[in-house]
Amino acid sequence: MTVLEVRDLRVTYPRGVRAVRGVDLSVGRGEVLGIVGESGSGKSALALATLGLLPPGTRVEGSVRLRGRELLGRSDAELSRVRGKDLAMVFQDPLSALTPVHPVGDQIAETIRVHAGATRPAARARAVELLELVGIPDAARRARAYPHEFSGGMRQRVMIAMAIANDPVAIVCDEPTTALDVTIQAQVLEVLRTAKEATGAAIVLITHDLGVVAGFADRVMVMYAGRAVETGPVAEVYARPRMPYTIGLLQSLPRIEPDAPRPVPIDGAGGISTGGFPATGCPFAPRCPVAVSRCADTEPPPVPVGTPAHTAACVNLDATGDPARVFPAPAPPPAPPVVPRHERPAVLEVEGLVRHHPLYRGTVLRRRNGTVRAVDGVSFDVRAGETLGLVGESGCGKTTALMEILRLTRPQRGTVRLFGRDTAALTAAERKALRRDVQVVFQDPFASLDPRMRVAEILAEPLLVHGVPRARIDARVRELLALVGLDPAHAARHPHGLSGGQRQRVGIARALALEPRLLLLDEPVASLDVSVQAGIMALLEELRARLGLAYLFVAHDLAVVRLLADRVAVMYRGRIVEIGPVADVYGAPVHPYTRALLDAVPRPDPHRERRRRPAPLPGDPPDPSEQPRGCRFRARCPSYAASADAAWRTLCETDEPRPRPVPEGTGRLVACHHPEGGRP
Amino acid sequence: MAGFLLRRLVNYAVLVVLAASLSYLLAASALKPRANLEDRNPRPPAAVVDAELNRLNLNDRTPLAERYRVWAAGVLRGDFGRTLQGEPVNDELWRRLWVSVRLLTFGTVLGCVLGVLLGAYAAVRRDRPSDRIITAGSYLLLSTPIFVLAVLLQIGAQKVNDTTGLQVFEWVGETAPGSSEGTFGPLGGLGDRLRHLLLPTAAVALAQLALYSRYQRGMMLDVLNADFVRTARAKGLRHRDALLRHGLRTALIPMTTYFAYTFGLLLLGGMFLEEIFGWHGMGEWLVESIIRGDVNAVAAVNCCAAAAVLLAGLVSDVLYGVLDPRVRTSGTTWTARTGRS
Repeated sequence: MTVLEVRDLRVTYPRGVRAVRGVDLSVGRGEVLGIVGESGSGKSALALATLGLLPPGTRVEGSVRLRGRELLGRSDAELSRVRGKDLAMVFQDPLSALTPVHPVGDQIAETIRVHAGATRPAARARAVELLELVGIPDAARRARAYPHEFSGGMRQRVMIAMAIANDPVAIVCDEPTTALDVTIQAQVLEVLRTAKEATGAAIVLITHDLGVVAGFADRVMVMYAGRAVETGPVAEVYARPRMPYTIGLLQSLPRIEPDAPRPVPIDGAGGISTGGFPATGCPFAPRCPVAVSRCADTEPPPVPVGTPAHTAACVNLDATGDPARVFPAPAPPPAPPVVPRHERPAVLEVEGLVRHHPLYRGTVLRRRNGTVRAVDGVSFDVRAGETLGLVGESGCGKTTALMEILRLTRPQRGTVRLFGRDTAALTAAERKALRRDVQVVFQDPFASLDPRMRVAEILAEPLLVHGVPRARIDARVRELLALVGLDPAHAARHPHGLSGGQRQRVGIARALALEPRLLLLDEPVASLDVSVQAGIMALLEELRARLGLAYLFVAHDLAVVRLLADRVAVMYRGRIVEIGPVADVYGAPVHPYTRALLDAVPRPDPHRERRRRPAPLPGDPPDPSEQPRGCRFRARCPSYAASADAAWRTLCETDEPRPRPVPEGTGRLVACHHPEGGRP
Repeated sequence: MAGFLLRRLVNYAVLVVLAASLSYLLAASALKPRANLEDRNPRPPAAVVDAELNRLNLNDRTPLAERYRVWAAGVLRGDFGRTLQGEPVNDELWRRLWVSVRLLTFGTVLGCVLGVLLGAYAAVRRDRPSDRIITAGSYLLLSTPIFVLAVLLQIGAQKVNDTTGLQVFEWVGETAPGSSEGTFGPLGGLGDRLRHLLLPTAAVALAQLALYSRYQRGMMLDVLNADFVRTARAKGLRHRDALLRHGLRTALIPMTTYFAYTFGLLLLGGMFLEEIFGWHGMGEWLVESIIRGDVNAVAAVNCCAAAAVLLAGLVSDVLYGVLDPRVRTSGTTWTARTGRS
């Protein structure tokens, strides 16, 4: 039975920006429809239009029917009787989406009271029940807490509790897990599953993560430039995609399986931000490898392909019969260095690095109240020509470790040696000279480039600072642009005139300006769309091989790390719990935390993802200001929880495990008392 | 929270002592009470003047430090000394303080509430005619000094009285003599007092309202498109309810800080209003005392003003804590948020 039906929906923002251009969709009771697409494809506008929550001045045309009742064109008063009752929404960022000044229990109770007219105590009691349902421990007490007292995952649980408070018939989820760690994402998806079973609601799940859709949705709709370009059952679309954009999206995805093919970048960039799409014809044509002259004539309507439920909007369907042949095969990865690892010199050696932040209390008399142990004794080395990936949940200290190395001064404790030189012993002049050799690329290409400077000035700045003669700078800027695959014409642009991928290329070019030997990369692809990610990753690989660079690579995306890194270090609460060659660690993770982290990554493969239902790692990313005795991971450790052997458990409770080689002689270290796994 | 307030209170007490001492030292070195006594007719002999000045602790031939010591010792006992006329400063201070409070309280509260509502309304109606009218009006009011505003109000009131032929508005003094002996007894007296309050209250309220509506409009614009307002609407609240219960409530928080800072302006405005409307409050007394060279009275009024401003600061801290649960948990975030330490 169709519950929510959208027909020919068009959304036009003020100043004529057409965000959604004729989208049809229908979702049945208990069904999950996944909507995927890159930023600017109109998915969020579609969600907000469905609920009538777009800002005033936006034109919405077409039809949105909930159980046959038309919603478009209704007054705010009429719509408010439907919103939150029959049609609910879960928003992306649960910190800003909850009112900071009301307790969460009251915010849930308000949802009930607005519609059901329940008494305040009754609504509160129901709010506590809902919080229990979404898995918030000690719900009666936590209902009186404020949003800032919850972690990100817990806040998203509150959002879900609020959405299901009145047993809605349909729930629209707009990127519900995007801001969360993979472990927390797995928990939240589990809660969403519970919520779906409890209410039987139809769910529209908007996300950019094809892995989440593979595991959770029944049908998928791919959006591009405000249109649905391919729709169908998840298994069918993932196995036999027919629209070139869908094919590109699936192939550009970094995958975690060892045998997975290398991601294929989609050239160019879409999105409203970069000058829009062609006025006539297929909007994807400029990026499409199988575009023909007919593509420019009219915008192709969706036509059935294969099964009746599977439609694709493409005029050149003949060319997409075999998805593997649509995009040119990616260049083979650069050959690995021939010199064995132990013979290559170390460019970076970190030994027992510590960074603690004091916590203070009080205003007149400030007294020390505790310590955030952001980095608490970390040791690793990076050898010439290799990439070390640093992974872990947010707050585990990976970025702090990177910044501590970048300071090039004496750390609070431990040593940092760059190219064999101890940073604690450097003079100011030596430190400046050393900076040439160590450069950094930041996560956010929007925030890390000065919006008032042109690209040429951004690239010239490090050269000027280090006294390169002005006469040589212009040539070097052109060289750098070519190196990162940008056009010489881009030199005259400001950052806002570039797409996200182009900006990140500028960020990389800036880091390369001084010909460094070591690049520190802080989540360099995390804020980019997948189709663009693949291009940047290929660029980083190529540069490393061509320029003989070494990378220290911080990321939370384990699939990206598998592709880029030679070795990986898994961090938990300021310590490395497992470090070793990527293939070994991913192939046979030893530490229970590594296992849980790898398990939590959703695979973009509906068949495998449905059979594989890993138990999510319980608990939140830990509060780094607490200092427990024994193993730091104990509270969340599945092996510890499952073990009944008292002596086995005592070791975890009393002694902090030290990193030791497991198995011997493979260059792999694991900090766990029981690397052989759980024992009953 | 209690511990935090106690620390704040100690902080403020230190500030009050500093402010009061500085204002005494300034007044004692700048004002010339001797001239006032010598100008009397017939001119008293120098010995008499000296004796009188010594008795009042105003003699400029006594070292400043010694005079300050005597004054400070008195203040510590709760005694602000005597005026030039030889009356105790304390009695006059209390009397005049209550006059000022009666004059300013209604206007301040009214100005705050109306300013917040008007600002919020203007933000919601952004760029529509009603917003433009409110904006233009508040800028007009902001650029009008309060004494001009008060005189304009008086002229308007005179016109109304003339056209209606009734004495609707009164603007001289606090009350008309014999008003409580009429037909309505004490009730008539109260009515008369309220009638006298109308114009000064309007003047205070208008000046405050203009300022607060600008602040509130800015605050409200920040939360209009906030995600949590959208969430509230997604829950089924109407747009207006979502804005009132979730938007306005959050946008009020930073206003509490402004409250403390505008209190100083209010005291200054009170000075003009008392002169114009013929109320015998603190402001009028301060002006008179400065002219007479009455050091003790000036120092007492300044001390009172300093205490009032810092008390307003304390009230705004408490309000901040009540309105914003995020600052209740730890002292560190509190300081960071209010930007004061």
